[in-house]
Amino acid sequence: MDIKEYISSGILELYVAGTLSEIENLEVYLNAEKYPEIKKEIEAIEASILSLSKSVSPGVKGFEAIKVKINGKNAGAPPLKQINWGAYFGWAASLIFMAGLMWVFQENRQLKSDIDQAAKEKVSLEEQIAESETSLEKTKILLETIRDKNITVVAMGGQIVAPNAYAKAYWNKKEQQVYIDAQGLPEPPEGMVYQVWSLKLDPLTPTSMGLLSDFTMDNNRVFALANPNDSEAFGITLEPAGGSESPNLDQLYALGVAVS
Amino acid sequence: MELDLLVVQFQKKDTAAFEKLYGMYSENICGIINTIVRNDTLAEEICQDVFIKIWNNAESYNASKGRFFTWILNIARNAAIDEIRSKSYKNNKQNLSSDFFVGILDNKADTITEKEDHAGFRRLLVNLKDKCVQIIELLYFKGFTQKEVAEELDIPLGTVKTRNRNCISQIRNNMAL
Repeated sequence: MDIKEYISSGILELYVAGTLSEIENLEVYLNAEKYPEIKKEIEAIEASILSLSKSVSPGVKGFEAIKVKINGKNAGAPPLKQINWGAYFGWAASLIFMAGLMWVFQENRQLKSDIDQAAKEKVSLEEQIAESETSLEKTKILLETIRDKNITVVAMGGQIVAPNAYAKAYWNKKEQQVYIDAQGLPEPPEGMVYQVWSLKLDPLTPTSMGLLSDFTMDNNRVFALANPNDSEAFGITLEPAGGSESPNLDQLYALGVAVS
Repeated sequence: MELDLLVVQFQKKDTAAFEKLYGMYSENICGIINTIVRNDTLAEEICQDVFIKIWNNAESYNASKGRFFTWILNIARNAAIDEIRSKSYKNNKQNLSSDFFVGILDNKADTITEKEDHAGFRRLLVNLKDKCVQIIELLYFKGFTQKEVAEELDIPLGTVKTRNRNCISQIRNNMAL
């Protein structure tokens, strides 16, 4: 390579100006490393620009001001890279999205569970309504029955074993039916049952009308019994389960005379 | 060799090396910024920012890409040009008496006593033709490419390199006087 020609081409001046391409820069750098003459020339050119630019300088502040500003960032550690807000934002957005997705999933599960719960409640309420309707129907029938003009009401008072007990018999002679309202009787002990008797007086002749079975299960405590007898009074005794042939008068709970 | 070592130390975040480099180049860099912004106070501010910037980006310099001075020069030019394109600069813009950096001296002549540096500046430009002042300003202080200089000065592309060389040679001769 003709070094003199290379130098006089003016490429080194442009190198110092920083207007060469990357490849040209590298070429000049390698030539300068190889040929000290070229390096010296570059330094001379740089010196001329340095003195020219120095001559138009407004004067500079001391290094202290800069030292103060860089010291916070120095501390031996490499300088903080510029924070890549885009990447942070991207990650944050994806996290928020994930959280949102999980929330929606959770919410969906919750809603499904709520729907199940509501469906169960609905069934339960429907059952309650049905029961109430049945109950209402039964009550209506009961009310109609006892209001029937053929009904004779027999009030039965408590006796020695249970002075506060009471009961009522609604007797439809025409239909030979008696409805015993046993609301006022205490619950029978385990293994015992109330038995209703139709009584003929003079002489006292008891005839069993039947048992108040499933006493605790019946909320209304109203029992329908057939009564084909020409009764003069009604009595209720406590008997062993299954009932007895004749009443145990020691366990007479309620007694009432039919007045007609 | 000493410069290369300083630069290496500087890149390892050696404050002392940075201080030496600052001493070597700060006036020049501030001068170049001043030829662009034409405001001493503003030039000093930008100059400081430029040196903080090179400290923070020290690892991005590589000797194979050019001279260390050229690297700072490039950063300084860009910072100064960004400033004059900014809104705040336009609002405070002074009337410039000249398109070229020699105008700085003309501006100052009226108001302040000429500093020795400025005398030096005149000395460096002795026998330098206007077309030399122009080409030097465009290439070194404004960062124009060869092609842009050729278009700006309406001269053939091949002429830029040789004319610039001749102009720089003249300055080097003046320095030796």
